[in-house]
Amino acid sequence: MTDLSWPASRYLLSVSKPETRITTRTVSKRQVEAWLRVLALASVAPAAASCSGVQSALDPAGAEATQIATLFWVMTVGGFLIWALVVAVTLYASRWKRKPITEDNAGRFIFWGGVVFPVTVLTALLAYALWLMPWLRPFGAEEGAGVRVEIVGSQFWWHVVYRRPDGSTVVSANEIRLPVGERVEFSLESADMIHSFWIPALGGKMDMIPGRTNRLSLLATRAGTYRGQCAEFCGISHAYMAFPAIAMEPADFEAWLDQRSRPSVDLDVNSDGFALFMREGCGTCHRVDGTAARGTQPVGIAAGRTPSGIPGPDLSHVGSRLTIGAALLDNDEQTLSRFIAHSASLKPGSQMPGYPNLTSDELREIAAWLKGLQ
Amino acid sequence: MSDVSDTDREKAAEEAQLRAVWANPPGWRYWTSVNNTQVGLWYGSAAFAFMLFAGLLALLVRAQLSVPENDLISAELYNQAYTLHGTVMMFLFAVPIFEAVAIFLLPPMLGARELPFPRLGAFGFWSFFIGGVFVCGSIFFGAAPNSGWFMYPPLATSDQAGIGADIWLLGLSFIEVASLAAAVELIVGIMKCRAPGMRVNLMPLFAWYLLIVAGMIVFAFPPLIAGDLLFEMQRIFDWPFFDAARGGDPLLWQHLFWIFGHPEVYIIFLPAIALLAMIVPTFAGRPIVGYSWIVLAAVGTGFLSFGLWVHHMFATGLPQISLAFFSAASEAVAIPTAVQIFVFVATMLAGRVIFSIPMLFAMGGIAIFVMGGLTGVMVALVPFDWQAHDTYFIVAHLHYVLIGGMLFPIFAGLYYYYPLIDGKHMSEKVGRLAFWLMFTGFNITFLPMHITGLRGMPRRVYTYPADIGWDWLNLISTMGAVVLGIGMFAVVVDVTLHRKRKPKGEQNPWKAGTLEWVSEPEENWGVRSIPRIESRYPLWDQKDLARQVQAGEWYLPHAREGKRETLVTSVLDAEPEQVLRVGGTSLVSIFCAVTLGTVFIALTFKLWFISLAGGIAFLAGLIYWLWTGTGEIPEAEEKDIGRGISVPLYASGVKATGWWGMFVAMSGDGTAFASLVFGYFFFWTRHEDFTGGVVGPGMFWPLLALALFVGAWGATLAAREINRRHGVNAARLLLGAGAVLSIAGSAAGLVGPWVYGMDPTVHVYPAIVWILVIWAAAHGGVGVIMQLYCLARSLAGRLTARHDMELQNVALYWHFMLVTALITFSVVAVFPEAL
Repeated sequence: MTDLSWPASRYLLSVSKPETRITTRTVSKRQVEAWLRVLALASVAPAAASCSGVQSALDPAGAEATQIATLFWVMTVGGFLIWALVVAVTLYASRWKRKPITEDNAGRFIFWGGVVFPVTVLTALLAYALWLMPWLRPFGAEEGAGVRVEIVGSQFWWHVVYRRPDGSTVVSANEIRLPVGERVEFSLESADMIHSFWIPALGGKMDMIPGRTNRLSLLATRAGTYRGQCAEFCGISHAYMAFPAIAMEPADFEAWLDQRSRPSVDLDVNSDGFALFMREGCGTCHRVDGTAARGTQPVGIAAGRTPSGIPGPDLSHVGSRLTIGAALLDNDEQTLSRFIAHSASLKPGSQMPGYPNLTSDELREIAAWLKGLQ
Repeated sequence: MSDVSDTDREKAAEEAQLRAVWANPPGWRYWTSVNNTQVGLWYGSAAFAFMLFAGLLALLVRAQLSVPENDLISAELYNQAYTLHGTVMMFLFAVPIFEAVAIFLLPPMLGARELPFPRLGAFGFWSFFIGGVFVCGSIFFGAAPNSGWFMYPPLATSDQAGIGADIWLLGLSFIEVASLAAAVELIVGIMKCRAPGMRVNLMPLFAWYLLIVAGMIVFAFPPLIAGDLLFEMQRIFDWPFFDAARGGDPLLWQHLFWIFGHPEVYIIFLPAIALLAMIVPTFAGRPIVGYSWIVLAAVGTGFLSFGLWVHHMFATGLPQISLAFFSAASEAVAIPTAVQIFVFVATMLAGRVIFSIPMLFAMGGIAIFVMGGLTGVMVALVPFDWQAHDTYFIVAHLHYVLIGGMLFPIFAGLYYYYPLIDGKHMSEKVGRLAFWLMFTGFNITFLPMHITGLRGMPRRVYTYPADIGWDWLNLISTMGAVVLGIGMFAVVVDVTLHRKRKPKGEQNPWKAGTLEWVSEPEENWGVRSIPRIESRYPLWDQKDLARQVQAGEWYLPHAREGKRETLVTSVLDAEPEQVLRVGGTSLVSIFCAVTLGTVFIALTFKLWFISLAGGIAFLAGLIYWLWTGTGEIPEAEEKDIGRGISVPLYASGVKATGWWGMFVAMSGDGTAFASLVFGYFFFWTRHEDFTGGVVGPGMFWPLLALALFVGAWGATLAAREINRRHGVNAARLLLGAGAVLSIAGSAAGLVGPWVYGMDPTVHVYPAIVWILVIWAAAHGGVGVIMQLYCLARSLAGRLTARHDMELQNVALYWHFMLVTALITFSVVAVFPEAL
């Protein structure tokens, strides 16, 4: 075992228990759901209690995830009953000591059990799901209403651009924040392979495909810190392509965005750390707002065009992020210097070369400077 | 008394001769046997061995995932292991095992001596075996495919995929060819080689299902082969079919793959249901209830399965209206599936059930499968799939479906049919133990995965962080996998060790009613004599039938001319039409498989000359095979098959099995072509600027090519007609002219894009145009070989006015060729102009 410890547990445990602020559902519905849960718990899925983790679709904190979780529980209970019935009849049919039924009755059994019953159940289910679809993912209804988030998947990290209603943009990476109670539209693209953008606690996934711009709409209903992850196999470090997703109060979110639209307040371009950062060429790939480190990443994405030449994550406020390396490591000075030195082995296939030749003092200087970018 | 003993002696001599004709060659030459019994056994054993290998890979995967942040194996090895696990299970086990069972069982079940093309069957097996060893072996060199069994570009077209991707594409294309060969063999066998009187509505359900499944293979595999072709052209020559930057689209692969991939699921599932349809009536002691219901349901499943593929793509951002359509179709397929399950339960209810080991596996399989079916109903709903897609929920779902719907029935079939292999029975004690180990092990492994997936664990991650709710679920799954593995191991021990210990049992131990139980395990001839069938369960309803068959009292009890013969009957009513002489023991099947394998394997390593040499050797072998093994002019017009019936020894045109083989093969070929045309129009719909500014091939050359091909087609048809009217010389002239015209047509087709300087690497438009014209030209080339072959046969006196089977089949080929040319050249020439 390496001592590579994923931070998910730690950073998530450190976040205070989220409170419920927005309720899109009525109490009676909740009770129904609770009862269904009890039923299902007692029958098939004792494992699936709530508090099932930060990446769980069964612990929903978004409108879509909530609807789908309910759908899941209803279908699970119904499905279990059907299964039990079929198995019971089969077991009964397997007994030697019973009277064979007539051929006519057998035919009726096939007709009612194999045709009429499934047709009825499936029609009802399908109608409900089809009715749900446009409700879950309404697109273009409120163009320009709130903030839009443009995300580009890349091996093995996420380029994030917030486009505010006034047209200004805020660039970030490997962490997504969104306001509670406001529908956020995502536009999803890929710079290389097919990735899939997924925050289970908020809603379903959507692929990021080269040459296409896909859209996703999420509505967070409960503040908190969740975990998202790439769901489409995208190469050797696919397992390490995750991100924290933080649902915040709208006011906090606005304040956060304001702060991120300017260079870091603690930015110190005269430090040794920054000098080393530039000397080692980090600024060629990574942009740090307010410095000569520009990277070359385009800010925002023209629809329909595959962005290319996004070399590395924007580091303008990297010190304030919960994780580094796309939720690979906790974010502190030690992990930062470890990642700079050994990125190639910590994250195989990553574009970033490791810098094992730097002295530990030099690494510490750079890490301290980066951590200062709050 | 002396009369009786004379008859006895005559019978004994007849039987000895029959045995000699059908005997396997001795020594190492045993492996050159083409008999369905041997090929079926080899096929099945190889598929089973590949399954065990893939099972070990699964255990490796489970070991890696047993604890979080595990570094037991590297990410690269993990990716190769899971990719190969899926690939081998699907392509080297699930489909081939049924082709194996069918090749083994169908002749006795249908009352035939052999399937119509035994050498083709052997060729299919050897191709499968060589390709399978090649694909599996790659992991020992760290060169296995590593992009997942559905190989999505751009990852799989990139350099990161390495040579493994080529091994996957070329190795599997080779195996798909073998699968198609088997499908041709099975379709023609089921349609044309049934015992007299076995009308379609008396056919055993196994034969019905295999007919449907083989038909599905013919239409499902070619889109994948077409996709493989585009894919490999991109990998080797950088033609940008899936490269978005040059007008291509990675989604085209997903469409082509799943147009194959979803029917594939039913190609795997339906034959397993077919086994249950044989087992359940036997142990319920009565005919199946609702024969027509189950046949219609199977046909319906087969059709619907081609309209579901997009449910693998619900998260790709397609318009919601198409998602809704495919969601509805996916729900609908649950209905015929439910009918089939309820037919079994109804049959049991209407009978009295003996709960044997095969029934144990069958019922366990149904319990598991129904659960997989219900989770299938869940994931077919688009919103739920948005969460479940690409997670361990799907991993659980697909294993419930495949293990319940395929693996358990296969084990039921193994226990049920084992007595037909060597007359012995498998151990009931071991069987019961193995069942419970497998059943509990399976559920311990896969039940928790539903929860693991909904708790957010994506599939295909080689490791995962601790404490986000996945740790103990994964640990339980791994423990269950070990139990499942032990259960499988118990069966393997039973199969391999028990053979020597056990005495021979009864011939029809389960008192089954279907015809395969008259076949004698130690004999190679399938059935001693071919009976007339009057019932779906002849051994129950036709008294004394087994004895009469084995005593040689029915049709074709002898092989007086020393040739392997079987009876060909009409498609619907199974009235005798012909005594077919089938190919016997020969090296040519192995030779052709090895040389064709050389082509594919050498291509993987870009060894062009070896590949070319292999291709030439393959072609030479193929022509030798056809020349010496097919279309032989018999010594007499008719043959007496006993009971006062004489039937012709030679058939050509629609009555010939070869004509049907050609028809089925060309239907598959046409489907591959249609997939390429689909690609052309798919690219057109994707972009405003379809041609990317690249100039097309013009009108003149493509239309000239089309005219030349029409001429070649006309010449071939005229040759057939004139030859039939004894105009032998004119026919020869026409064949020569036809060959010249089709060479010119192929050349003209290629000249178009050439003179306009269409560079296939700059944009997808020239690339797809080139692919279409190359496809047409290559088929023109094959057409030339066929025309020249007929010409040579005619000159050698092996093709006459009466015996013109080759010419009939070649004319049929040219009908397909005409359609190919018509579509290709009108699309590449006219369509861009019409825009």
